[in-house]
Amino acid sequence: MSTVTNEQVETRVVEALASFGPDPSQITRDATFEELDIDSLDLVELAQIVEDEYGVVLKGEDMKELKTVGDAVDLIVSRA
Amino acid sequence: MAEASAKPGAALVTGASRGIGAAIARALAADGWPVGVNYRSDKDGAEAVVAQIESDGGRATVLPGDVADPAVPDQLFESLESTYGVPVLVLVNNAGVAADNLSPSLTDEEWATVIDTNLTAAFRLTRRALKSMMRARSGRIVNIASVVALRANPGQSNYAAAKAGLISFTKTVAVEVARRGITVNALAPGWIDTDMTADVSKDLLAAVPARRAGTPEEVAACVRFLVSDQAGYVTGAVLTVDGGLAA
Repeated sequence: MSTVTNEQVETRVVEALASFGPDPSQITRDATFEELDIDSLDLVELAQIVEDEYGVVLKGEDMKELKTVGDAVDLIVSRA
Repeated sequence: MAEASAKPGAALVTGASRGIGAAIARALAADGWPVGVNYRSDKDGAEAVVAQIESDGGRATVLPGDVADPAVPDQLFESLESTYGVPVLVLVNNAGVAADNLSPSLTDEEWATVIDTNLTAAFRLTRRALKSMMRARSGRIVNIASVVALRANPGQSNYAAAKAGLISFTKTVAVEVARRGITVNALAPGWIDTDMTADVSKDLLAAVPARRAGTPEEVAACVRFLVSDQAGYVTGAVLTVDGGLAA
């Protein structure tokens, strides 16, 4: 799974987050989930998408550590 | 076949080889849902349910498996989703067992068996169902509880605890996933004429205001409503189907 690039993951994460409500233009690497009104249920769904598409299993404790969009992208890339 | 139309998903009914589960499977199939008819031991019963659904023009498939086995929920979902090529968007947690005994005599095994099948299995099936329902922004979960969760019935402390747990589980999950277009509700049937109540003392019937037992079809009609599009704003509810017993 080392063929996954940072850009690919970021594009997918932004797309997933946009489906939860926030305006895509606001979803930058530095944006926090709190600012985007992305809550814990949204992050659970993001984890499922990541697991289905990249085979990366993110547990509840992994997700709790994430504050920004960039944190999520970096974690997924590091595990993929 | 009043509401029959192409559905975007499939329906899984656990414990559907007879009684209430069989009636629910028939009702959902009549509304156009392709139905997974799960059973643990009554293969002939499950096959008869599927045969009847098919002869009525519906679609159904038998799904063997003891829901209390932790590996079974995934197997049921994968099998049903591959059979029909659509996600499971309706889950009816109906499978249940009773092991009645007065509390001073209740064994650890009687306690654990009833909790495992009636409560823990429903949790595992719900967890699996929510994966595809959340992605689909649509889903219906109906948990078959019991009036004994609301009104004491001596000899059933294990069953009552499991069913009361199922009701609280229902309410909490309903709130967690409400904004994903998923509803989660519980039904609390009272005395329904099935194999499960065949051995129960008929004395209890005297306490039923309606003065009669209910039928599996009367329970299935309520499930049919809760699964329908019209019930989209009903979630976290407990609907008693008990002839007034818990009122």
